[in-house]
Amino acid sequence: MQNPYLPYPVRIDEIITETEDKNLKTFKLVFINPEDEKKFSYMPGQFAELSVAGKGEIPIGIASSPTEKGFIKFTVNKVGLVTTCLHSMKPGDIIGVRGPLGCHPWDTLKGKSVVIIGGGFAFTTLRSSIVYMLDPLNRKNFKDIHVIYGARSPGMLLYRNELAAWETRDDIKMHITVDGTDDPEWKYNVGFVPTITEQKAPSGDSDTFALICGPPIMIKFTQPVLDKLGHAHDHIIMSLEMRMKCGIGICGRCNIGKEYVCKDGPLFTLAELNNMPKEY
Amino acid sequence: MSDYTSKIKEISERLLKEEKVEIIIGFRKGTVPMMNEPCFVKTPEDVKELVWDSNCGINLANYLTGRKEKIAIIAKGCDSRNIVTHIIENKIKREQLLIIGVPCKGMIDKNKITSMFENEIMEVSEDKENITVKGEGFEKTLNKNDVLQENCKICVHRNPVIYDELAADLIDEQKVDRYEDVRKIEAMSPEEKWSYFDDLLSPCIRCYACRNACPLCYCPTCFVDESMPQWVGKSIDPVDTRTFHLLRAYHCAGRCTDCGACERACPMGIKVRLFTKKLEKDCLELYGWQAGLSLNERPPLDTYRPDDPEDFIK
Amino acid sequence: MRFITIDKNSWANGLENLYGNYRLFGPVKNNNQHFFKELAKGELPDFNYLNTRLSPKSLVFPQTEIMFEFSLDENDEQHHILKEINKDYSPRALIGIRPCDAASFMLVKRNFDTPEYKDNYWLHAYESTIFAGLACDNPCNTCFCTSAGCGPFHEDGLDLLLVDEGDKFIVKILTPKGDNFINSAGWETEADPTASEKIIAEMQIKAEEKIASSVSTDKLKNKSTIKLYDGTFWDDIAFACINCGTCTYVCPTCWCFDIQDEVTRNSGIRIRNWDSCMYPLFTLHGTGYNPRNTKMQRVRQRFMHKLKYYVDKYGDGIQCVGCGRCIRLCPVNIDIRKVCDIMNNYEG
Repeated sequence: MQNPYLPYPVRIDEIITETEDKNLKTFKLVFINPEDEKKFSYMPGQFAELSVAGKGEIPIGIASSPTEKGFIKFTVNKVGLVTTCLHSMKPGDIIGVRGPLGCHPWDTLKGKSVVIIGGGFAFTTLRSSIVYMLDPLNRKNFKDIHVIYGARSPGMLLYRNELAAWETRDDIKMHITVDGTDDPEWKYNVGFVPTITEQKAPSGDSDTFALICGPPIMIKFTQPVLDKLGHAHDHIIMSLEMRMKCGIGICGRCNIGKEYVCKDGPLFTLAELNNMPKEY
Repeated sequence: MSDYTSKIKEISERLLKEEKVEIIIGFRKGTVPMMNEPCFVKTPEDVKELVWDSNCGINLANYLTGRKEKIAIIAKGCDSRNIVTHIIENKIKREQLLIIGVPCKGMIDKNKITSMFENEIMEVSEDKENITVKGEGFEKTLNKNDVLQENCKICVHRNPVIYDELAADLIDEQKVDRYEDVRKIEAMSPEEKWSYFDDLLSPCIRCYACRNACPLCYCPTCFVDESMPQWVGKSIDPVDTRTFHLLRAYHCAGRCTDCGACERACPMGIKVRLFTKKLEKDCLELYGWQAGLSLNERPPLDTYRPDDPEDFIK
Repeated sequence: MRFITIDKNSWANGLENLYGNYRLFGPVKNNNQHFFKELAKGELPDFNYLNTRLSPKSLVFPQTEIMFEFSLDENDEQHHILKEINKDYSPRALIGIRPCDAASFMLVKRNFDTPEYKDNYWLHAYESTIFAGLACDNPCNTCFCTSAGCGPFHEDGLDLLLVDEGDKFIVKILTPKGDNFINSAGWETEADPTASEKIIAEMQIKAEEKIASSVSTDKLKNKSTIKLYDGTFWDDIAFACINCGTCTYVCPTCWCFDIQDEVTRNSGIRIRNWDSCMYPLFTLHGTGYNPRNTKMQRVRQRFMHKLKYYVDKYGDGIQCVGCGRCIRLCPVNIDIRKVCDIMNNYEG
């Protein structure tokens, strides 16, 4: 019997500081046992438990795409005990990865248009999704791709080089925004995500799905905008966050009603959430 | 006790009708023998739920923390002392409160009575001095004074120290030796003490009922729940369990009224008061202090006096 | 179905025979309370008890359990890599477990043994255990097993059922595991199945008649989850609660746990500890946000989980076997029977 709590050992290969406040770092991890990489077969939208021996585990969305081979990436915000320790680590250090965990939306999204709406540091799994869809082998499986991504300021945007590269492509429509900036070089949008969504997002139809990941306040104000644009509630997919431990629906803490966010989620359609207690 | 109950109902109904308060905090009849449930009442019609008898051992001051509305609370001696402590520690305002004082004749010890009988107790009733216990194939009348909670037996503040209404006439206070058990432990050698406390705590399941039943334990994050830094492990390792109990007791030093809520709440029957009581005795002997008697005096551990017996501070 | 009888005179002898083949656990009295503990050689379980203070769940799901060990010493080749540890999963027997407690393992198994994930710690311990039940002919006044899908002679989750008949036990052997256990003890007085069945049935009726309290659960399944969640009764139910973990820790069907690392110098362990939905920390986000920030929300979670979410998820009954421990031990007398009836009859 395989022990679902046993992390795969990985080596930190590279650490990239993403934001000007230095609170977000991307960890590029390489499996110590090559066969573990095969076992860790994931899809965008899923997460994993990062395990730091002596500190504990923390659930983090996978920022790399399965189309990127030889490593996995996680962008980690410094908040608590484990993440603070992670931020103090250096390349070569050994940690653990357990997963992949949670569901993914790709059976539903195949052949559809996708509107990605992200805010703050929740953009990580959305980055994974974009890289995955833009892969030459996958792009034909999707119609239009829109991305609305906002951060407080230009320096708080994640993956800035990639954002710039995506901006120049014609097979993805990027709408990058910041809450505000005094940077004269800033050439993209200024405004909150809900506002930019209202201005730039396509209207809803049966072939379009919205994928939303962001802080609760952003989700709260984006939802009416999507209603206005005619996106049906079963075509709006949201990613939820909860305190988690086991990540596999057993330890009991991350439930909303009978659903465990770690195992039955973290993605739920708005239609599903409408029938669940508002306890998230 | 029925006269207590009817007086409490009468006062409560009046206070609600006259809109002097928005809520009454008291007890309603329990669903199992020797237990009542803390409850609130907001309308004159619901006042009929309220009861008073020898099973009201939970300290109701615990239910005041941080409340905003105008409250009437039913308070026996110890509750009233914890209300005073709450007011001093800014957990509630005096102006918010209408205290219905209950001169208390002591609460009965559920664990003790249960352990006196082989068979399960099905029904317990009481009159002024006696407790009648019934179960399958037995019925026995006990003198209430023989089966009181340990803290009630040695209580010297049975009358409320602060009140706006009274549910009965004040009663005589007891003259008792409060610290016989503490002296016994004090007389032990360090090794004996160590093994005594180890045995005492060995059944602990870290449920924190003792902490949570205590009106003094209102920290937003208890030290056992801190993760940065983590002061204490979370397993049932005896070292961690001991650390929890000792630090909790120290945290209550000079504030504990020996209301017995902690001991009463413990599902494993651990005599947790033996920790707090030693500190309570020390506070009395070193500072002449008994917690919660006056709104005008700060507890000894957050005040300084020139005649402090320790010289480190001079 | 095979039945045997065990003369009480040969009880100790049989246990003696079992001693080398099984680790034996049984109820033992300590400080006026019964607990399940491992029996030393020659030590007999004390069957003169209503039920144990704590449920025997800890024998399969210990309150603190080591999951992995690791070294933090960089000179160690495998430093910072979590290692599985050897555990004792040799056969063991829970002797004298009450039918309600045995049934609880079946409810809990659904959580630890899922199609997608197997909790190997729980499952290994569970599978190495023989459940030798003791029929309950003297239920407590807080027992409501018969209305919680269980009963004093209930057989689910048991490998054999002992029925106390004065100077002997009638034993109903329910599984091959139970058969092996009986054989290993050397008890071999076969009993007539029809006669035994009849005696047991009569005793069962008597025992069930003694169960005075009950819950109504028939309407829970069809109630709207959202309406119950938004019910107006929660403030009243939750008021007395002090948010200690007693109800969850004494409950045989509560399974929630926390995972923690502990380090001593250069080595450490990853452990899991029982956790409780009563504690604010249970759901506290790293950001400080807590979706169950109030006492009422936590009390509601406990009852909604047991009486509604579990019913919704598995479709057949509540996550409760009616053992009554939470009622007996709650410091403030919150009574699940009352809550269950309120929920079942709520028309909001």
